[in-house]
Amino acid sequence: MTDRAALRLVVLRVLVLALMATLLARLWQVQVVGGPAYAERAVEQRVRTIVVAAPRGQLLDDRGRALVSNRTAVSVSADRTALARQPDGGERVLRRLAGLLGEPYARLRDAVTQCGEPGAAAPPRCWNGSPYAPVPLARDLPARVALQVVERAEEFPGLLADTEQVRALPRPYGVLAPHLLGYLGPVTADELAAAPALDRTDVVGRSGLESAYDADLRGRPGQRRVAVDLTGRVVGAVGERSAQPGHDVVTSIDARVQAVVERQLAAAVRRARGSIDPVRGRRYLADSAAAVVMDVRSGRVLALAGFPTYDPRVWLGGISRRELDALDGSGALLDRVTQSQGPAASPFKVVTTAAAAAAGYRLDGHYPCTSAFRVGNRSFANYESRAYGEITVSRALQISCDTVFYRFAYGLWQRGRDDLLTRTARAFGLGSPTGIDLPGEASGRVADAAWKRAYWAQHRRTWCAAARSARGSGFAARFVREACTDGWRWRAGDAVNTSIGQGDTLVTPLQMAVAYAAVANGGTLWQPRVGRAVLDASGRLVREIEPRRKARLPVPAGVLAYERRALHLTTLHGTGARPFTGFPLDRIPLATKTGTAEVAGKQPTSWFVSFDRNLVVLMTVAQGGTGSGTSGPSVRKIWEAVYGVTGNRVDASRALLPGGRPPPLSNALAAVRR
Amino acid sequence: MSVLTGRRASVLSGPRATRPRPLPAARRRGGVLLGLDWALLGAVAGLVLLGAVLVWTASAQQHGTGYLLRHLVNAAVGAVLLGAAACLRGRWLRAGVAMAYAVALLGLLAVLGPLGSTVNGSRSWITLPAGLSLQPAELAKVGLVGVLALVLAGPAHERPVVPGTARVARALGLAGVPMLLVLRQPDLGTTLVMAATVLALLLAAGASRWWLGALVAAGAAAAMAAVRLGVLADYQVARFAAFADPALDPRGVGWTTAQARVALGNGGLSGQGLFRGSQTSGGFVPEQHTDFVFTAAGEQLGFVGGALLLGLLAVVMWRGLAIAAAAPDAFGRLLAAGIASWFAVQSFENVGMCLGIMPVTGVPLPFVSYGGSSMFAGLAAIGLLQAVHRSAGAPR
Repeated sequence: MTDRAALRLVVLRVLVLALMATLLARLWQVQVVGGPAYAERAVEQRVRTIVVAAPRGQLLDDRGRALVSNRTAVSVSADRTALARQPDGGERVLRRLAGLLGEPYARLRDAVTQCGEPGAAAPPRCWNGSPYAPVPLARDLPARVALQVVERAEEFPGLLADTEQVRALPRPYGVLAPHLLGYLGPVTADELAAAPALDRTDVVGRSGLESAYDADLRGRPGQRRVAVDLTGRVVGAVGERSAQPGHDVVTSIDARVQAVVERQLAAAVRRARGSIDPVRGRRYLADSAAAVVMDVRSGRVLALAGFPTYDPRVWLGGISRRELDALDGSGALLDRVTQSQGPAASPFKVVTTAAAAAAGYRLDGHYPCTSAFRVGNRSFANYESRAYGEITVSRALQISCDTVFYRFAYGLWQRGRDDLLTRTARAFGLGSPTGIDLPGEASGRVADAAWKRAYWAQHRRTWCAAARSARGSGFAARFVREACTDGWRWRAGDAVNTSIGQGDTLVTPLQMAVAYAAVANGGTLWQPRVGRAVLDASGRLVREIEPRRKARLPVPAGVLAYERRALHLTTLHGTGARPFTGFPLDRIPLATKTGTAEVAGKQPTSWFVSFDRNLVVLMTVAQGGTGSGTSGPSVRKIWEAVYGVTGNRVDASRALLPGGRPPPLSNALAAVRR
Repeated sequence: MSVLTGRRASVLSGPRATRPRPLPAARRRGGVLLGLDWALLGAVAGLVLLGAVLVWTASAQQHGTGYLLRHLVNAAVGAVLLGAAACLRGRWLRAGVAMAYAVALLGLLAVLGPLGSTVNGSRSWITLPAGLSLQPAELAKVGLVGVLALVLAGPAHERPVVPGTARVARALGLAGVPMLLVLRQPDLGTTLVMAATVLALLLAAGASRWWLGALVAAGAAAAMAAVRLGVLADYQVARFAAFADPALDPRGVGWTTAQARVALGNGGLSGQGLFRGSQTSGGFVPEQHTDFVFTAAGEQLGFVGGALLLGLLAVVMWRGLAIAAAAPDAFGRLLAAGIASWFAVQSFENVGMCLGIMPVTGVPLPFVSYGGSSMFAGLAAIGLLQAVHRSAGAPR
């Protein structure tokens, strides 16, 4: 051997030693130094946490009938590994499933093909998830298909059937109530961050009762920790925490009354659209409407309906972008009872009456009901510019004489006490949310001197800019100039307008219902409630949702009694009489107040508020015409259904709410346990 | 072959002068040592047995004892090949390695024909009756080392000299044919192992530094050109890219290497115990009974087991180089050094890939990975080492 060759062998030995030393050092680094971190990852990937969804609680009506419940849906997914192991790659099984589903085989084949594999379709048709995770093929199978896949699993090797609880809407008596019930949506990142109890697969209530009572309805999902192998096959259980089903919520909604109210609201809209607006000479648009039935003794809501409405079943199984946009564009998502605001019109006069009484006006005194009332250079006309001579406040309420109330407001304004009117309005709950247990309630607005100043400060720049550029001395130019310089001033005209529920004061239908319930019950302002009780999954009472007295009206009982009497007479002889012709008012003494609200640039809003010692029934139709003409007949039908009235006969056995009282909670509890 | 044919007579003529050399006393007496390198044999036996256990644990979850039994059968066949190779002496030894080269070339050509079958994207298998299959590329490694040793050593009767340019060029020509065929399959990993082995052989043969430097430069240039010109398949480029940055391909190669390292890390210092490795039992590491068998050792037997495995491999290489140093002629020296270098290169690539310091290629761990062809080639090569050792007369 040459020296050079010997030297080269030594070089080779050194090289070999170096290679092995490198491996050994790296082995130490990976196993001993980095070992704990890698070991953690090993645990992480071999233990999988499976979230066991908790069945969501039901929403029940006052007799325990389900308004929203659950049903079992079967979904089917594919085990790609198991399919691939079959001689035909699972084609036979997928073809059979495609046949049952009535879907093209190609879709299923695409769905189980990993994106990027040869022959894979473009995303999202191909499978983009983990190669070992089951691929969902179809959700909520029709019962016939589900039965086959579940019962004859051996004929569908490689397919996994899974059951889940999904929301169901039984729609008792055809009740829609989308605004009341609300809907569910996937949890957002913000909500996840705020509530650690939520899982990213959870759905949460997005509106209505589903949202208001979400925490009760949701329950607590369970967790199953399982050991898995590479293919995701479960090889053993590590731990389990069972799911706690959500609680049921009993509401004060009566499904039968709700159904009647929904039908009657739709009828009122049809009625309005079928009649001609005498001012404009065309049909009423009747573009939105609301109705509510409330227990005056507790503020509990028995029915709540809005128009436009929709079938809440659109939410089940996911809604498409197009459907959602259409729904949103139609305005059907808005809850008109709690979220729409407008002038209260004549129903506001109970507030003005109370304020006048507080200011010392004698209610049994006589006041001129002229055809118009002049304030400065401006004339405020009576409704239809009629004059009735000297009349009492009761009569003024019955015939809804505006000028009597103008005079009260003007008198208060002259004495510098017109804040009494706006303070009384606030005392009746106007200008602030009622606090109903439904999300997104509007607060309305009581316009007063302070409000006007703030409003002016906010808009002054725009108005003054417009004033500077306005030419000449036309009405428009004068108007903006005045708005710029004097727009902050609370004028007599503002006070006069407020007295009949016009001007800048805005109310929600629910606020008016609460105010009238207070008149009806002798002065208690209730916080309205839809939820009545929370039950656990076995029907045991978890908690009762007590009604809450929000305030007492600062109005003497005598004044309220006077108003009740006057409004009862309205039904007998006044503006509310026409729809109630032939109604057994002797046995069911109803009080009513109609209203026709002027809205700038629009057709008038129809108001009809009615109550007895048990309930308030209120209906309003925007761009719907007069109170008694449009809403009145529908309100009568609701009362007839509630008390079982046919013609002038009262048949208590046909009454939806005998005695006008909601059934006791025990009724619902018994129905649930049965 | 043609390069070889003209010189067959001289190249294949064995070292007649040494054949009648008297045997050492122990062997002449027919003693138990049989002139074999027992340390080498012991290390190889240890690797084969350890491999059997690891193959079993890595495949038991899915296949029961199927792979274990076949692995043992492979080892038995390999042991017969080892024994046969160890018996070769002188010109028979030279003829044997030349035959191996010829048969391997035929096999590599046959793979491209109808006999070949494609596994994991590479057309590198010849299917035989009775469910058997062979990978000619493994045999080609033995043939390559043998023929290069023959060519670089020169005729047996010549005084050993440093190979000149002509001889190196001839050696490169002989090496190039099987390498190109293997690359064509495509089996980049085996080609690279072959290339590194050829380089080590040239080093051992004493080829000039100029040659060695030029070859390294040429290799680097070829790699650059291959990537630039798109000669390599996408997955091959991807493997190298993922080697540099595993996050590039978290579900593919990056995933494999990450899983391999998780398995190793999970083993820690002393391991989880046989059949107790969650990564191994869960089948998280792909190809764990073949190319990634080292991770099964790492997880179940820990650093201690991995180091033991590396130690046994080091003994094999060390003994191989010791045999080379003691070889009576240049051919034996180069054959032994080439075989030792081949094991070193392949072991480093395989274990390095498991440890994430080498790119992922499909080369098995000698004696340990499951796989018949690899086992046959490896044990036959050990037989050749023993043959060289025996011809040297006395163990060192």
